[in-house]
Amino acid sequence: MPFSFNTVSALVLRYVFLYTRHPVRFIELIFWPLVDLLVWGFLTVYLQNHGAGEFPATVTFLIGGMILWDVLFRSQQGVAISFLEDVWTRNLLNVFVAPVRTVEYVAATCLVGVLRVGVTLIVLAVVAALAYGFHLADLGLTLLPFLANLMLFGWFLGMVSTALIMRWGQAAESLAWAVPFFIQPLAAVFYPVAVLPVWLQPIARALPCTPIFEGMRAVLSGFPTPWRELQCAFLLNLVWGSLAAWFFAANLRHVRKTGLLVKVATH
Amino acid sequence: MPHATPILQADRLVKVFGDSTALDGLSFSIAPGESLGLLGVNGAGKTTAMNLLLGLTTPTSGMIRIFGLDLWKHRIEILRQINFSSAYTSLPSNLLVWQNLTVFARLYGVPRPQQRIDTLLELLDISQLRKAVTGTLSAGESTRVNLAKALLNEPRLLLLDEPTASLDPDIADRVRKLLRRLQAETGLSILYTSHNMRDIEEVCDRLIFLHGGKVLAEGTPGEVQARFNRTSLEDFFIGVARGEIEAIGLQ
Repeated sequence: MPFSFNTVSALVLRYVFLYTRHPVRFIELIFWPLVDLLVWGFLTVYLQNHGAGEFPATVTFLIGGMILWDVLFRSQQGVAISFLEDVWTRNLLNVFVAPVRTVEYVAATCLVGVLRVGVTLIVLAVVAALAYGFHLADLGLTLLPFLANLMLFGWFLGMVSTALIMRWGQAAESLAWAVPFFIQPLAAVFYPVAVLPVWLQPIARALPCTPIFEGMRAVLSGFPTPWRELQCAFLLNLVWGSLAAWFFAANLRHVRKTGLLVKVATH
Repeated sequence: MPHATPILQADRLVKVFGDSTALDGLSFSIAPGESLGLLGVNGAGKTTAMNLLLGLTTPTSGMIRIFGLDLWKHRIEILRQINFSSAYTSLPSNLLVWQNLTVFARLYGVPRPQQRIDTLLELLDISQLRKAVTGTLSAGESTRVNLAKALLNEPRLLLLDEPTASLDPDIADRVRKLLRRLQAETGLSILYTSHNMRDIEEVCDRLIFLHGGKVLAEGTPGEVQARFNRTSLEDFFIGVARGEIEAIGLQ
């Protein structure tokens, strides 16, 4: 499939201009994650200090869960919000009538997701280390495949969110924020899958992020790197990625056929 | 001109949305250097036709060839050589004018983008807006910046959707004169939709009047007026809108 890195870089350049022109936009990337970190951080401190020995030291996985969840969330937001920015500024038609392939447009939004994750992750990692003594680097080299799998799944959720917004219009734009939270209760972010009712567990295990959060808790508890869990996450991401790409393409065909693409772009 | 190989050829285009037929077998072509006006009352099918030609909507049936190439098989290759401006789209309001133009210059693969941007800003008499925030521009300024974007890649075919809507008569006149000048200098072909009959009379060599998704009339503005025995193009438009002309035209 032909692919132009120049096109992708031009689309990303727009976001670089946007964020460097409006430093206030960084607040969106930093403020909410920091609030989350403070809440979960202080809860962790409370459980460690006042749990009368009931909670192990590894209760810090709450902080780890929060940070890794944010990686997934920011990655999804990079894709979905980038699309919405084009809708909000009535620029979508200009982009869709420019020589931009769909795959290049999606790749650019994914790259924006990576940049957003990068900024948020650095800030959270530093604050977590300074304020709570939680060192993300304790996850060692395992951290890299953990992050990669979460970012991949975030992209795929972003593609699904974008496809739904294209199909249902701006009335559905809250999905850009809601979609990740549909799966959060099942994703084992803050508790193990075993806590879920038995009938929900297979659904939870079908999510690529579940083995990552399970794996993070294992590593923080001193167990070796769970390669099997990582393999599982990667394979699930392959399946989810294929489904998300199919869903996105099918919806794009539908909105082109029904004229909804133009409606979304001009209303 | 009618014998030249067409820049754009639409062949029996049909577009059906549910129970409604927006375009019913529309066929037309644009010759190199020609400027064609697409006219019609609201709901006639102009916007649908424009969206099909831009590849934003897929036709129910029919074929579009631009530069002799099938639009859906060579979409990217074609889009590199055409451009579009509409009163209903805008560039991101939160960026500076030069930033927006730089992004689109790169998307269209324009060599020496800053030089091209400066040339266009000068041509459109908006050099002073280079560092302005796009969202703070007046309607007239915004239209000219959109036109600058549409001219970045030196398109062979320019599709303009009501480009002078919301412009005061002075700016609208300047835009029309500029388009005529560009056409004379570069051999640009233009497809132009407008509700402003003066635009069509001044800019277009030929017009197609759509009604109910079909071609009601075709020819130079003078030919159309004469055929329907109307005093002006505007008079013709009003006659169609009030149902006085439809029966004659579709016979």
